[in-house]
Amino acid sequence: MAVASVDLPVSPAPAVKSPGFWSGVVRRLCRDPVALVALGLIVAIVLIAIFAPYIAPNDPSRGSMVRRLRPIGTAGYPLGTDDLGRDMLSRLIYGARLSLIMGVVPVPIAFLIGSTIGIIAGYAGGVVNTLIMRTVDVFYAFPSVLLAVALSGALGSGLTNALVSLTVVFIPQIARVAESVTTQVRKLDYVDAARASGAPALTIIRVHILGNVLGPIFVFATSLISVSMILASGLSFLGLGVRPPDAEWGLMLNTLRTAIYNSPFVAALPGVMIFITSICFNLFSDGLRSAMDVKS
Amino acid sequence: MISVVEQPSSDLAVGERGGPAQPLISVRGLVKHFPVKGTGFLKPKKVVRAVDGVDFDILKGETLGVVGESGCGKSTTARLLMQLMSANEGDILFDGEKVGGALPLADYRRQVQMVFQDSYASLNPRLTIEETIAFAPKVHGVPAQTAMARAHDLLHRVGLEPSRFAGRYPHELSGGQRQRVNIARALALEPRLVILDEAVSALDKSVEAQVLNLLLDLKRDFGLTYLFISHDLNVVRFMCERVMVMYLGKVAEIGSRYAIFEETRHPYSSALLASMPKMDPSERTLEPPLSGDPPNPIDPPPGCRFHTRCAFAEPVCSEKTPGLATVSAAHSAACLMSVPGSGHSRAPVMAEA
Amino acid sequence: MTEETMIDIRNLSVTFRPGRKPVKAVNGVSLSVKAGEVVALLGESGSGKSVTMRSLLKLHPKGTLIEGAIDVAGHDVMQLSGRALSDMRGATVSMVFQEPRLALDPVYTLGQQIEETIMRHEKISRSAAAARALALFEKVRIPSPERRLKNYPHEMSGGMLQRSMIAMALACNPKVLLADEPTTALDATVQIQILLLIRELQKEYGLSVIFVTHDIGVAAEVADRIAVMYAGRIVEEGPAVEIIRNPKHPYTKGLLGARVELAHGRDRLITIPGAPPDLTAMPPGCAFAPRCPQATDICRVDVPALTAASVDHSVGCVHYG
Repeated sequence: MAVASVDLPVSPAPAVKSPGFWSGVVRRLCRDPVALVALGLIVAIVLIAIFAPYIAPNDPSRGSMVRRLRPIGTAGYPLGTDDLGRDMLSRLIYGARLSLIMGVVPVPIAFLIGSTIGIIAGYAGGVVNTLIMRTVDVFYAFPSVLLAVALSGALGSGLTNALVSLTVVFIPQIARVAESVTTQVRKLDYVDAARASGAPALTIIRVHILGNVLGPIFVFATSLISVSMILASGLSFLGLGVRPPDAEWGLMLNTLRTAIYNSPFVAALPGVMIFITSICFNLFSDGLRSAMDVKS
Repeated sequence: MISVVEQPSSDLAVGERGGPAQPLISVRGLVKHFPVKGTGFLKPKKVVRAVDGVDFDILKGETLGVVGESGCGKSTTARLLMQLMSANEGDILFDGEKVGGALPLADYRRQVQMVFQDSYASLNPRLTIEETIAFAPKVHGVPAQTAMARAHDLLHRVGLEPSRFAGRYPHELSGGQRQRVNIARALALEPRLVILDEAVSALDKSVEAQVLNLLLDLKRDFGLTYLFISHDLNVVRFMCERVMVMYLGKVAEIGSRYAIFEETRHPYSSALLASMPKMDPSERTLEPPLSGDPPNPIDPPPGCRFHTRCAFAEPVCSEKTPGLATVSAAHSAACLMSVPGSGHSRAPVMAEA
Repeated sequence: MTEETMIDIRNLSVTFRPGRKPVKAVNGVSLSVKAGEVVALLGESGSGKSVTMRSLLKLHPKGTLIEGAIDVAGHDVMQLSGRALSDMRGATVSMVFQEPRLALDPVYTLGQQIEETIMRHEKISRSAAAARALALFEKVRIPSPERRLKNYPHEMSGGMLQRSMIAMALACNPKVLLADEPTTALDATVQIQILLLIRELQKEYGLSVIFVTHDIGVAAEVADRIAVMYAGRIVEEGPAVEIIRNPKHPYTKGLLGARVELAHGRDRLITIPGAPPDLTAMPPGCAFAPRCPQATDICRVDVPALTAASVDHSVGCVHYG
């Protein structure tokens, strides 16, 4: 064991540490009532999904031919029953699980892959940029619904395949945002200063690029969660996502569409849930966007 | 990746090898053209001649001022020197060694640093200022703690008390304080040459004076050489031993401070000097020294580039391109009026051989 | 108010409320400008010079608190709103900005924009307006004016664009021209051309001009009178010659003393130590006291009033006189 005989450099004096960027974001977010309410609802929906077995009053899959399509307010079934006589409230509560998974899971995966592609293209510039971004544009040219349906159709129905196809749909969108933000940051003087200091490209990306581009990309990705939920519901609706009898809002909307004339309110309930959840994600990402603006 | 092609010529440190008389930087035939977007495909290819054949030296320990209007190529020259972009043609010699040749780029980079005009855009908003300053030393393998200690020392040197400022973020500082941080960052690698690209132009006058004093102190204490780019002739006159006047990508005149300010030879330099606002309301400028805006560097005029705005222009000026003619030991001007036998009526007569 | 007073500002205060802390950008400014007079508002960033000038057109974000009295060419600006205010903007009072590229609309030609300005304020035909626009372009000495009127802003160089901006400002024969650092973004050889042009047109049209600048040299070139601002207040005001040759306020003295032109032969500049105060937390008393070499206890208690040093030269410093 070597004996440390060299004097250690004088450790820097404790400095006044300013509140960091993220604590500022949280502080500004706390002043935005709309974003807070949206966040509260999202948390509530997530909690409901997690604790579904404890909250749901009935078994979501136990039906009865006798109790079909009961209206809202029926004793024991506060939100009525569906066309197979299953308790709507319980199905909506359980449905939150799959709906949230399908809405939320593709986005972080696409965020990782898309950001990587976009940041590389944006930082490299020139020919590399052109090659990557034109390839991305090919995917981007398809309307996202069409692409999701086509991919799911090709891969076959099922939860995993639906998740894969949604992820693929979002990668080009995130990559484009990542590329444009990175291209902007790349031109700033502090990146030039870092290049002038002789730092390798990966170090510059890690220290100077990532911190300044991930925020805006993250905000954009958050707004995709609501799109993802609606697309996922659409896939289930077309029979390409979750398969019956599992409860999922899009699928429920599909199966109840035949009952729209008999009990319209009950049939609309899954749609209302999709609407509320996606709008909450949208409002929250809007709030996040303004909270991340340092100048505000 | 850059690999060391040759061994350094001696054991002396980079920048010490050529001796004190060897210029720190020699620029020879530097050319940088930018393609104009939207040309070249079905249309004639156009280029911006940002820097179009520039030669100059920066002597060890001096401050060389560069003045000129927008489009004259002074900022492009700075970025070329900084190797932030590569030149189309020309060589940069650092202490006699060719950059990218005998002197590897990585070694050169440590010797030359730059301070930018926009104090905010040149600081990463997500890093505290101590992290910003310590970044470059860490990249070059200095242990984190030593780099941080060096950052604190530099902050102290530029007049920002480390205990108050080290942990702050750029948006919490004033413009003058941010520019001090940028100066500290540039010094963190212990460079020989610091390029100051309009480094004080965006500051308020009273702050500008403080920062200029700081730059003078640092130059003396660290034995620095400055390339000082500015549009403010008064500041250049105060700061610089030698001055280079640029016009549309070329050197118009270069010489000692006295030569440029007192024995001006190029009509453009005189016009630039005469354009400075007079401080005495009773001696107001009556006639603008020049009319019109500087021409576009995409299509510079043929011959002498200044002839379209020059009061002494003669037909010969649009035909012959004047090179830098030696006027005296430390003074050259690129004007046909200074070239003996150039054909201009005001040119000195050819000396007998 | 005398006959010939064109602009009269009395005890103007402007408070911005962007967040929790109100920012008092202008703090009790009084200034009057005679007909045909050029007054330079000289100050550093944050001194309130631009805010003071913009108050004349009420060009402030919503929620800004403006107090005091402003009278321009017989209009009580504080009472004006909506239609009457827009009628005054451009017609009686017009403005030239620092960045003409941001102030002009990129999708219309310069000719169209000038014609629109004229036709908004006067009932004349488009051809008459076009003729006026051409005359204005000749007036500001833009070469080949017919062709230039058909140009879009991005096709013009900075100096030509600032000339167009001046032409547009003069389109409706205003009585007052407000210039907000109009030459700061320009090159030196172009700056002096624009300064001389403004001076010449001001004489010809008999304009009253408020010229905001941070550059003492520019102020000396154009202004009849100079008002020096510091932290939202006027600290010294007087004829340009007086202010430059015989400054009384320690801040003005400091500014003039810190000029690099004076440092010939010396290796250091004289500087004003410290930095301007935070406008959200102004010190009591004189705002310059923390940086002032002459400050005494009384400076830190009361805000010194502007007192007359001579007939038309006033100073806000207790140590003067």
